[in-house]
Amino acid sequence: MTVSLSLSGITAHYGTTKVLEDLDLHVGEGELVSLLGSSGCGKTTTLRLVAGFLEPTTGSIKLGDRDLTRLPAHARNIGLVFQTYALFPHLTVRDNVAFGLKQRGIGGAERRKRADTMIDRVGLGDFADRYPANLSGGQRQRVALARALVIEPPLLMFDEPLSNLDAKLRVDMRVEIRRLQQANGTTAVYVTHDQEEAFSISDRVAIMNAGRIMQLDTPEVLYSRPANAFVADFVGFENMIPLRAVAEAGDAVRAEMPGGGVLTLPKEHFTVPSKEFILATRPEGLLVAPAGDGIPTTLGLRTYLGRAYQYQCDTPGGEIKANGPLAQPFESGTNAVLIPQPEQCCLLPA
Amino acid sequence: MKTHPLLIAFAVLTFAFLIGPLIIIIGTSLSNTSYLTFPPEGLSLKWYENIFEISAFRRTMVTSFMLAVGGTALSMLIGIPAAYAMARYRYELPAFLGNIYVLPILIPEIVLGFSLMKSVAVGMDFPIMAALLVGHALLVLPYCVRVVGASLNAFDFSIEEAAVSLGCPRWKAFFTVVLPNVRAGIIAGFILAFITSLNDVSISIFLTGPGVSTLPIQLLAHMEQFFDPTIASVSVLLMFVTVGVMAIVERTLGLTFLTK
Repeated sequence: MTVSLSLSGITAHYGTTKVLEDLDLHVGEGELVSLLGSSGCGKTTTLRLVAGFLEPTTGSIKLGDRDLTRLPAHARNIGLVFQTYALFPHLTVRDNVAFGLKQRGIGGAERRKRADTMIDRVGLGDFADRYPANLSGGQRQRVALARALVIEPPLLMFDEPLSNLDAKLRVDMRVEIRRLQQANGTTAVYVTHDQEEAFSISDRVAIMNAGRIMQLDTPEVLYSRPANAFVADFVGFENMIPLRAVAEAGDAVRAEMPGGGVLTLPKEHFTVPSKEFILATRPEGLLVAPAGDGIPTTLGLRTYLGRAYQYQCDTPGGEIKANGPLAQPFESGTNAVLIPQPEQCCLLPA
Repeated sequence: MKTHPLLIAFAVLTFAFLIGPLIIIIGTSLSNTSYLTFPPEGLSLKWYENIFEISAFRRTMVTSFMLAVGGTALSMLIGIPAAYAMARYRYELPAFLGNIYVLPILIPEIVLGFSLMKSVAVGMDFPIMAALLVGHALLVLPYCVRVVGASLNAFDFSIEEAAVSLGCPRWKAFFTVVLPNVRAGIIAGFILAFITSLNDVSISIFLTGPGVSTLPIQLLAHMEQFFDPTIASVSVLLMFVTVGVMAIVERTLGLTFLTK
């Protein structure tokens, strides 16, 4: 059974503090959508609303054609995986996994069979009779995963499931999670603050800030085409150069930096969104050249990155970072220009 | 590394003071004399027989155990849900709530006893047994709330949410998931509360009345008239019965929860 999840017009409060503001989110059938953001952005709140541990002030939550908004949490049939694993310490691995089946009134023999099958699938066949205290972090999270999957929920939700694991295990586990999610075709919501984790396994990612979704898109689009300054900054566009369009010159737009300096942007490559706008780019999106049509600069400190040199560049618009080719190192103090590379730069409304 | 002789002396003294009284009381209770003496002169079990010949001891012992069991049970019924609410909603609930539950040990017991006599026994005209039960439940409530609360504060409530997400209603999750995991706290709280109730004099003395008394009060009354080793033999008996009750509590609570 594959269903979609729809949140529409969700507003939520903790006491009098508004934590979610008119949030809309649609997760398609079998899709894995990550909610990504720093702590306090509302991602966990969103998950808890869907799980039924919190009630929204306004708005509705639908899973397929079932309205979840006022349904008690235990009747929602959602598989949850927690940051702390939340295994039942007094039960064995088998009884942990069988817990949800027991609640559904599935009899002893059948319950045991299904639990054991799922325990095998997550690779813990030899550990079924152990207690959680005798398992490693990675094994515990596999039990948690098996426990959530065995009830065959139409929706799986993960709340920072890997943040208590070490780096190597995190990578293995996220692959495992993605593999199991795709094998079952289960719709999934994945909450994390780790950009790499979210981008690596998600069909789409919602970047959240202050109770709102700033942009919801595929990782590829988010990475290369952020829609606003917040998302650009979040995905590592270190340079945010404020510009003002001053004139059109044929098939180019001339833009001025606040401290002086004029830049010509060919219309073929750049669409200026408004009179005041921001040129956002990573250091590799600005090519350091001795001369040409670019931002005039005096090169400052040079650092070696392995694949390129990076320069701290003093420009009329403030200090920015740009990468230059290894074949052509420039000395500190050299006057140069920084040429925006169209495919690696975004023009965003100010 | 050599242990400092002063440290050894200090440790020996501490243990001597902890264990010494127990040895003295056991020795005294076995004495063949009609007065309290240590070391015992002659050996006899007659002071143990004497306990059962004095009906007041039999009666008050039953009363005391009933009160200890009933009062502790009653305070657990109030204390566990209170401790649960305070741990589960620790950020939502005001912090002073926890302190209110400790009041019975902050207020001098004698004041608590007196005010209970004025309000419950006299004011509301409670029967003696009922007043005693209320008094003892109140007396041991802080132990239940605090000790069970300590277990609950260490409990990860995500575990309860996990149970709910798997289809278990919240009230059921409390019994199947929360309680089994704070078992140690409940046992510890029960033992502390039980012993406190059994030992109590200052509250009981205000609430006992004609025909109803507790063992500690009866012991005091007996000692005012007689100075024989019965006091010692009752104490020893009390000690062993208490240890026995604790063992049973550990066993039963422990075992039923483990086999679930």
